[in-house]
Amino acid sequence: MKTKGQLEAKLARGEFVITAETTPPDGADEASVMAKVSCLKGLVDAVNVTDGAGARSHMSAFACAAIMAKNGIEPVLQFTVRDRNRLAIQGEFIGAPAMGIPNILCLHGDAITNGDQPDAKPVEDVDSKGLMSMARMLRDEGKLPSGREINPAPGLLIGAADTPRDPEPGFKPSGLQGKIDAGADFFQTQFAYDIEVLKRYMAVLNDAGITEQAHFIVGVGPLISAKSARWMTENLFGVHVPDHVIVRLEGAEDQRAEGRKICAELVQQFKEIKGISGAHLMAPRGEKLIAETLTEYNLRG
Amino acid sequence: MRAVRHWSVRNARGLMRLYDLFQNTIVALEPLVRRIGYDRLERPVAAVEHAIKGAMFDCQMCGQCALSSTGMSCPMNCPKNLRNGPCGGVRADGNCEVKPDMPCVWVKAWAGAQTMMSDNILDVQLPVDNRLKGHSSWLRIIREIKAGGPAKPKSTARKAA
Repeated sequence: MKTKGQLEAKLARGEFVITAETTPPDGADEASVMAKVSCLKGLVDAVNVTDGAGARSHMSAFACAAIMAKNGIEPVLQFTVRDRNRLAIQGEFIGAPAMGIPNILCLHGDAITNGDQPDAKPVEDVDSKGLMSMARMLRDEGKLPSGREINPAPGLLIGAADTPRDPEPGFKPSGLQGKIDAGADFFQTQFAYDIEVLKRYMAVLNDAGITEQAHFIVGVGPLISAKSARWMTENLFGVHVPDHVIVRLEGAEDQRAEGRKICAELVQQFKEIKGISGAHLMAPRGEKLIAETLTEYNLRG
Repeated sequence: MRAVRHWSVRNARGLMRLYDLFQNTIVALEPLVRRIGYDRLERPVAAVEHAIKGAMFDCQMCGQCALSSTGMSCPMNCPKNLRNGPCGGVRADGNCEVKPDMPCVWVKAWAGAQTMMSDNILDVQLPVDNRLKGHSSWLRIIREIKAGGPAKPKSTARKAA
């Protein structure tokens, strides 16, 4: 085992995992963190902590993740290359396991120009593959790029992001293979609401041997309304909510309840698709909504 | 061209006077600028500005020129991009910690400000707006002054002690 985390252990046993997502609070105490995430405790295998999502400042992801770990919620600490250079990031890679944080997800990060302080400087000292390879070097070789030793080396499970799409003929998942070669142990994906597209995509990944080399945790979440589903399709990169899902939401008496049901059905369907290791539940400011969905349909991780 | 840059600092007072005249002229030309269009003028004006200020000050085109507050010594030539005075690493000979053969940009700036007889160097510069990098400061100044914005008093002469 690379880490002391339950996420890695469960993935290694081949059990279906459930992860969720939280955004660090706009409040400077432990209670602000736990008010958001305590509802997920015991329901999921790990909770992702976003790193300045939408290029906005909140409590630092590292602090939030450390508080969660202390309180018995395993974090997946998200890292962007937008706000820190390699020196700062390496320090946090080393510090993460020391604070009980066993999992990281390496990302580029939303563009600063789309955030609420667009005059800030984007750092982008390395890219997301650079992040993963630095983390792997620290973990597997126990040293920094300078050659200096780190002992004990940080045990980290390294994650990368992906966006499922309808594979055109001849599609080769070379981007995913590149991330695996850079160090990715697992992938967490953008929302996947089109089950037929997902089946075709996973078939290609299975054929290419991707799913034998890394675990695939597919993104989904409880839709709150037909209007929101349409907005997501139009505005979120790589998200497509199929028309029949939107029609179903529109026809429902209680759209939020229907959204939870659709989400639960998708998670059940993910379990039947070869190569999928788990579901990653996301809902903006919706930790409680995720918890409700998991409890209501007995999907706990 | 470090030699030209240092000449500009030595002649900061004269350059400030010249610049005041220049600024009055371009502000007077604002109706023309508006007629042609700020957006259309942005690239050519930025190119001319870069050529002139690049030659004279080693201008880095941060897009928010502070020369009149920094004794005509461009703070973006500081290896740490410090815009509010020197770091703690200035050497005993007044040279830079990072580039030992280069006089500290802020030692030069202080000397330039003395010749300018101006207190502008004491102004606190806000963090750089990175969106403005590569854009013309001149056009921005015209626009701001015409909009009644921060038309800061320029070379306000310091009262003789």
